[in-house]
Amino acid sequence: MTVSLADWFREAANWAFMIIAIPTLFAGWRTVTSNNIVRAVLYLVVSLAGTAALFIMLGAEFVGWTVVLVYIGAVIILFLIGIMITRAPLGVDADLSHARNVRTPAAVLGVLLFAVIGYAVIDAFENSMIEPFEPTATADLANLLFSRWVIPFEVVSFVLLAALIGGIALARKDDNGAQR
Amino acid sequence: MSIFIEAAIRAVFVFGFLLVTVILLVWVERKFVSDLQNRVGPDRAGPWGILQTLADGMKSFFKESIRPTNVEVALFVAAPIIALMTALLIFMVVPIGAPVEINGTEYALVGADLNVGLLYVLALSSMAVYAIVFAGWASGSKYPLLGSVRASAQMISYEAAMGLSLVPVVLFAGSTSITTIVEQQQGTFLGVFPAWNIVLLPSFVIFLISGFAETNRAPFDLVEAEQEIVGGYHTEYSGFQFALFFLAEYIAVFNISALTAVLFLGGWSGPVFGPAWIAWVWPIGWFLLKTWAIVLFFVWVRASLPRMRYDHLMSFGWKKLIPVSLAWIILVAIAIGIRDFGLPWS
Amino acid sequence: MELVDYLPIALLTLLGIAFAGVSLVLARVLAPSNPTPEKLAPYECGIVPLQEPVQRFPVKFYLVAMLFVIFDVEIIFLFLWAVRMDQFGWAGIATVVAFMLMLIETLAYAWKRGALDWNVSHRTRTRRVVAPEATIEKAA
Repeated sequence: MTVSLADWFREAANWAFMIIAIPTLFAGWRTVTSNNIVRAVLYLVVSLAGTAALFIMLGAEFVGWTVVLVYIGAVIILFLIGIMITRAPLGVDADLSHARNVRTPAAVLGVLLFAVIGYAVIDAFENSMIEPFEPTATADLANLLFSRWVIPFEVVSFVLLAALIGGIALARKDDNGAQR
Repeated sequence: MSIFIEAAIRAVFVFGFLLVTVILLVWVERKFVSDLQNRVGPDRAGPWGILQTLADGMKSFFKESIRPTNVEVALFVAAPIIALMTALLIFMVVPIGAPVEINGTEYALVGADLNVGLLYVLALSSMAVYAIVFAGWASGSKYPLLGSVRASAQMISYEAAMGLSLVPVVLFAGSTSITTIVEQQQGTFLGVFPAWNIVLLPSFVIFLISGFAETNRAPFDLVEAEQEIVGGYHTEYSGFQFALFFLAEYIAVFNISALTAVLFLGGWSGPVFGPAWIAWVWPIGWFLLKTWAIVLFFVWVRASLPRMRYDHLMSFGWKKLIPVSLAWIILVAIAIGIRDFGLPWS
Repeated sequence: MELVDYLPIALLTLLGIAFAGVSLVLARVLAPSNPTPEKLAPYECGIVPLQEPVQRFPVKFYLVAMLFVIFDVEIIFLFLWAVRMDQFGWAGIATVVAFMLMLIETLAYAWKRGALDWNVSHRTRTRRVVAPEATIEKAA
């Protein structure tokens, strides 16, 4: 099935997609290029919010709100608290040094990741149309998670425990360092 | 186009409803607290001082808005707006009455009946933390920063407890849509008692306590403990920017009361009398009655309990509320399991 | 149930931002503006600020935020299970209880390591530094 450019412009969903996707991309770009750590985090919030909106547009309401709840509402808050409790500078400082020797590997990694995800998406959906604004029931997600993906689900709990142990170990080391 | 008009009506109605409610709510709180403390309270603006809030609101337009020298302007301005927006948006998913039929079409009396209503509520209340973090951090001053670090840790702790306390409610209803949760609470239990979710008593208590902490109300109002950290995160705010924070706080109190009424007290369910053309008023009345009862409870607690100490607050959240809600989820799951599937070994 | 439900939410967002914006502009026009250096200084109970505003805070705030992330993820999974509990029977309950036990273990670990104790561990550590055993023996 081929879609002409005129068809593309006639579809309202495409416009909605562009209105969401362009700021998301821009914010993602600014997240990695921004010199100020707080600015970078705020751009990350915009980028994640855009992602959540795209998920909701695709009908994945549960995933969309999960992105808001877990990423924007918890992970970024974790970053912000981390910034606040350390001595974060106010205003625009050349605080994040984008060391030149890291840039190339980062760019290569980014392109590779894009290629892998792009291949996976094209391989999975090929030319099929995705009906936007058609919500998937939360129950379908639950059915999958508790039948096919039970083992990964249980493994997640181990990952979470490991993350906390790592966090406490790091924090404790920091405590002792401050004492000395 | 009609979809658009309907959406606009819903949005404008929710907005207007919340503004009128706040005007009443602030007056009710001041009157009720003054009654409890044996004073007169506001009595000059309008009959019984009922226009006092309106007068205060008007006044804030004419007050100088000071912006200290070392603030981060963009975030400093954004913080109160974020606070207001999260508070406004949460109320969108609260159903205020039974569906009404107009010209053969049934309209749900709710801003937006989302499938994932509870997730939406939790997501937006975690967005409310941003307002406090931005306000404290962008003020470039000592006390706001202290207040906001405190407040953000407090809010996320109790948000975890709040989320866990809602799991049994979802177990009962089999849905995260708030409209479905209210419908599931219709009817009676054993023919006498209303089938409200208040039978999940631990969940109800944990939700209400977390609600106090989420809205930074007494006895959890250490965010603005005057004796230690002055005004907390909004120390540097004045004029109308402060008024926006104030507005957001009271909308949040009403939101929590409405959510408690809807999730645990059956929402708009209640007996309906009279002819058909008046029957739709009763559910709205029941919803408002239950919500305002909880609002008055909030005020009563504020007038009665002293402020908690910060270490007590944090350990109460993590060492009491969260373990209890975890145990309660397991207990409810097993109870429902026995009811629905029989004993596991049979 | 369609995504049309998001339209009122979008409209209320616009309405709220418009309300806040218009009121802030109106307040700016109506309110007097008479800034003085003292007025614009950071609040410090009327004295000259001695310390820089930004200071370090205990790392515990960070640990609490981390625990919160973990419990947030747990809540998401529990919600997913709760909407379809009737379909999974005892197997589902067992799966979720196993998952929750790991998280209770996580909480217990954090509790044991003192990540949930506010002030307490800090105080004991200071006491140990100020009065080591040798000093106590000498005093006795």
